[in-house]
Amino acid sequence: MDRRNFFKTTVAVGAALSLKELYAEDIKDKKEFFGVLVDTTRCIGCRSCEITCAEEHDLFVPDVQKDSAFDQVRNTSVKQWSVVNRFETDKGEVFVKRQCMHCWQPACTSACLTNAMYKTKDGPVIWREDKCMGCRFCMVSCPFDIPKFEYHEWNPKIQKCNMCYERLTKGKKPACVEACPTDALMFGMKRDLMEIARHRVYNHPEKYVHKIYGEHEVGGTGWLYLSSAPFEQIGFRTDLGTTPYPEYTKEFLFSVPLVLFGVPALLLGLNLLTERKNESNKNDGWTNE
Amino acid sequence: MNQTKMMGGQMNSTVFISEFKRFIKFLYQEVKPRGKWLTPFNVISIPIILIGIIILYIRFTQGLGSVTNLSQDFPWGFWIGFDVVTGVAFAGGAYIITFVVYIMRVEKYHSIMRVTVLNGLLAYIFYAGALMLDLGKPWNIINPIIGNSFGYNSVLFLVAWHFLLYMIAEFVEFSPVIAEWLKWEKIRKFMTALTLGAVIFGITLSTLHQSGLGALFLLAKSKIHPLWYTEFIPILFFVSSIFAGLSMIIFEGSISHKVFKHRIDSKNHIAYDEIILGLAKGAAISMFVYYFFKALIFIHGEEWTLINDFWGVWFLVEVIGFVLIPCFMFAYGVRNRSLGIIKVASVMTLIGIILNRLNISIIAFNWTAAVKYYPSWQEIVVTLMVIFTEIWVFRWIVTRMPVFQKSQ
Repeated sequence: MDRRNFFKTTVAVGAALSLKELYAEDIKDKKEFFGVLVDTTRCIGCRSCEITCAEEHDLFVPDVQKDSAFDQVRNTSVKQWSVVNRFETDKGEVFVKRQCMHCWQPACTSACLTNAMYKTKDGPVIWREDKCMGCRFCMVSCPFDIPKFEYHEWNPKIQKCNMCYERLTKGKKPACVEACPTDALMFGMKRDLMEIARHRVYNHPEKYVHKIYGEHEVGGTGWLYLSSAPFEQIGFRTDLGTTPYPEYTKEFLFSVPLVLFGVPALLLGLNLLTERKNESNKNDGWTNE
Repeated sequence: MNQTKMMGGQMNSTVFISEFKRFIKFLYQEVKPRGKWLTPFNVISIPIILIGIIILYIRFTQGLGSVTNLSQDFPWGFWIGFDVVTGVAFAGGAYIITFVVYIMRVEKYHSIMRVTVLNGLLAYIFYAGALMLDLGKPWNIINPIIGNSFGYNSVLFLVAWHFLLYMIAEFVEFSPVIAEWLKWEKIRKFMTALTLGAVIFGITLSTLHQSGLGALFLLAKSKIHPLWYTEFIPILFFVSSIFAGLSMIIFEGSISHKVFKHRIDSKNHIAYDEIILGLAKGAAISMFVYYFFKALIFIHGEEWTLINDFWGVWFLVEVIGFVLIPCFMFAYGVRNRSLGIIKVASVMTLIGIILNRLNISIIAFNWTAAVKYYPSWQEIVVTLMVIFTEIWVFRWIVTRMPVFQKSQ
């Protein structure tokens, strides 16, 4: 190859590479994950979302008039994918809906060895029964303690919010968002939801704490929260960091191929070095022949 | 010409049939139990194994919650924390000894080679196998194996595959013994030729899955107490598997040298003391490295403020009481050629490993949880059942196959 040809190729390849990058960016713009913005200042604790969620997924439908669910802070369970809790804060009573956060880079999907926990292209993190082997590593890894396991079934399932994936594929909103009477829940692309959330925080600094929970937590989540009281007071962990969970095992997984090829080579080398069969007479020492 | 060929064929088939009959007869002779039935071990183990089977029946028909104390806060309990995570560390002896004997060619340890590999193989079959008891949908384990659904980005995927491959490697390492027992000379030669390959493959897999078991807990960053959580968990797990394995060989060896005394050559009995001293030296050094590592992580993590409460004291109990002290005991025992101290140290080391693995997987896991997890009696009985069944199989094999001595 002469010099002219070499330059030609380099330029061509370079152009192709940069074109490809532009193209990729183009696609990224079109495809974004869905999310939900929860404005806890608007939530009145009616628990319509709980009821409709249970109805949508054949779970336990609570009797919101009679049960005294707000007496204690509840967790999601195998029968409830979504729960609303009441917190007494500096800013008074605050109601907070809890469900799967649908992380951008979920811990559970990087834990799952069968891809049963799966981040769909639309954003919801779903669980696929036919793949799961019930190891419960997703539960160990989830920073929000969301996946719940049916301990009293011979053929157990993992129960967690799937952001109404079956509705999303039909072009509908999640059931809870549709049921919310006060617009405390808002469904959309995260980029748009962030705009709205920031707008509210900037315009009403007296009403909101200057933070959008889920913007950066564990690398960003699909569900975003606004609050009038500090997030520690309404049941959120604020010590989770901003590192996406898959990052924690990335280095280890990167080292695997190195070890798989490096260690056998080292061992074989050691084995050959320690060969004693053809050892020359020790008294001779070094010779030049 | 055709006739002679046919004759030959007939000859072969008759030889084959008689040979096969001999083999069946031999197997029948071997399968029959030997020795007394009413030994203390049998009296204790048989009822426990039977109860264990009943518990497992309930577990597989009514779900994990019917017999275990597992909860949504503690998805992994005693069966994972002890049987699998601790059991695999204890089984580390096999890869250390194969390294020393086959790679470094230190002949001194050759006599414990076979029993150590057997122990490793059985430990993996039973303790890694105990994982199956804990899986909610064990039949779906086929998914990550046949390629139905590969979660490449999961550490558990790696660990599961390595368990499987390592069991095969260990079986290849042990297979010459089986062939020798069955007097299959050709197969023995063939399998012996594969040994070095299996050893190299096995050691590589061991480094990865011993550390991989630790790497599982990297994803539980927000749940494990900061004194135990560090990004170096994989390295700590790997280093501690070295002295866990060595201590297990010392501990297990001191028992089987009493129980199976008549099966061991007198020559090996004398050499055995030297072996113990060598193993103890290895344990002392690897433990000091481990301790040094722990201290380094502690100091660099600036964790002084954490040492004041219960968890701090508990951490010190583990690291000082069951790592540093047995480490010095090993060193002292080697220096003064005191086998008694070495044996005590090996037991303390094993307790230390149990503490460490249970701390990470259960005790210091979700340490702020309102309701703590304690294993139910059923979980403990099933664990004992797994251990006893393993000992039964071990005993069956060593009383028949040339494990402790060369076959006559």
